[in-house]
Amino acid sequence: MRTEPITDPSGKPVLIARTWHWGRWLAGLVALLVCGWLVALVVANPRLDWGAVLDYLFDPLILSGILVTIEISILATVLGLVLGVFLAVMRLSLNPVLQWLATLYIWFFRGTPVLVQLIFWYNLAFLFPELILKIPFTMIGLKWDTNQVMTGFTSAMLGLGLNLAAYFAETVRAGIQAVDRGQTEAAYALGMTPGKRMRVIVLPQALRIIIPPTGNEFISMLKTTSLVYVVAGHDLMTNASQIYKSNNLIMELLIVASLWYMLMTAIATFLQSRLERRFGSDAVRLVRGGGLAARVLPRQPKPEGT
Amino acid sequence: MNDEPVVVASDVRMSYGDTQVLHGVDFTVAPGEVSCIIGPSGSGKSTFLRCVNGLEPVLGGSLRVLGEQVGYSLRDGKYHPWTPKRFAAFRMRIGMVFQRFNLFAHQSALENVACAPVHVCGVRGEKARELAMEHLSQVGLADHAHKRPHQLSGGQQQRVAIARALAMNPTLMLFDEPTSALDPELVDEVLEVMKKLALDGMTMVVVTHEIGFAREVGDTLTFFDEGVVVEQGTPAELLADCKQPRTRAFLSSVL
Repeated sequence: MRTEPITDPSGKPVLIARTWHWGRWLAGLVALLVCGWLVALVVANPRLDWGAVLDYLFDPLILSGILVTIEISILATVLGLVLGVFLAVMRLSLNPVLQWLATLYIWFFRGTPVLVQLIFWYNLAFLFPELILKIPFTMIGLKWDTNQVMTGFTSAMLGLGLNLAAYFAETVRAGIQAVDRGQTEAAYALGMTPGKRMRVIVLPQALRIIIPPTGNEFISMLKTTSLVYVVAGHDLMTNASQIYKSNNLIMELLIVASLWYMLMTAIATFLQSRLERRFGSDAVRLVRGGGLAARVLPRQPKPEGT
Repeated sequence: MNDEPVVVASDVRMSYGDTQVLHGVDFTVAPGEVSCIIGPSGSGKSTFLRCVNGLEPVLGGSLRVLGEQVGYSLRDGKYHPWTPKRFAAFRMRIGMVFQRFNLFAHQSALENVACAPVHVCGVRGEKARELAMEHLSQVGLADHAHKRPHQLSGGQQQRVAIARALAMNPTLMLFDEPTSALDPELVDEVLEVMKKLALDGMTMVVVTHEIGFAREVGDTLTFFDEGVVVEQGTPAELLADCKQPRTRAFLSSVL
């Protein structure tokens, strides 16, 4: 907004009057009042025991649940990312069978609710009481009891990971397809094979497009893990529910869980913005740091003026 | 020196779906020859160039490049289609420069030039860097080695692209309208580099709209129209006295 006085034709500086945005002030005030009233209704509710919230905030059971939630989130995300890249490459391959299988996988895992998938993995023992991994036509191999393998934790990891892979495959595919076709042609013209072109030229460039949604996937994964509650995975939500089932402080423990979920999401959001900044401006340095060209070519000085 | 032609095309036909683009092209390039191709857009000249290094499949006729039938090896009395690996080995011997430069956007100029020697030939360390710097100096861009493609002008990008193709020591260079995407004042710096290359004895096929370049540097000039070679000769002959009315019409519109 301009503050410098305007010199009128007579040569005299004239001050600029202040504008009062009455409409804005009024709308802001009304919105604040309504929100404040709603919050006050909850906070000042005599049936809500804030002391209990404080008591349970650092309960050992809650803290161990947080650890499990973080573990499941990270493992499921890693599983989903790795599998997702494979699925994306399969979908884009020239082999119609691989293409079709990847499409089927994506359709199946996006078409069924995560909750159903979680319960399915947890109850795998009904279909296969024992899991056997052996060399065909021999007796050499390993055998596990399905119920021991498919704990709440592993079924949560599998269910969420396989599900994320289906979504992430579409993200990766979009990223790969967004890389200009000329890059592929130039790579071929230089004598690269299709695999090398993908690894050296296309994927590093696709990553710039893939990274931001990956952060979002992880953030939403942190909260999706609360579904693990149905298979008793000892995560934050499971443990909170265990406590409120014994003492009936349902609202208080939901608030405790929510506070922790909000904190984790805030941290993840901060990390995501760091990651994006790193990939946004100086696109793919992080990838190249581990790439062959960076290892083979000696370090280069930063270009001036950038 | 081996005098077998580098490119021998006879009756080469090609189509995109139902649209036939090449209707039987006959075309030969001798070693050391600078062969310029002109013609209206959509005449199939770029498509033909892309057939030469196997970026587009030939669907009829015969196309022999560097002594090989492009895309096929003769074995047990039959032509067997090449694997992607075989195609890659073939293309290593042919450099290509594109109209839109197609520099690798995530790499510096130096990395672009070193990319193929490092990833395709396995050249390592200081040697890869030295070779790449040498090729960049050849096109006069040693000072810009660490810049990304988007920090370079169009002319500089195209010169990096030429250096990148030369880094593989190709026997044949293909230029697909290398100056068409450039601002007029940047055209000359690219043509200068190409001229130098021609004087060094490189075998070149150049699809271009730069008649001046063809006249000065070209050994032969070929006029393409509607998927066939309409007329061919030395640039001096063709530009002074063309026989075909189609050639005359095209030349009068560009000169």
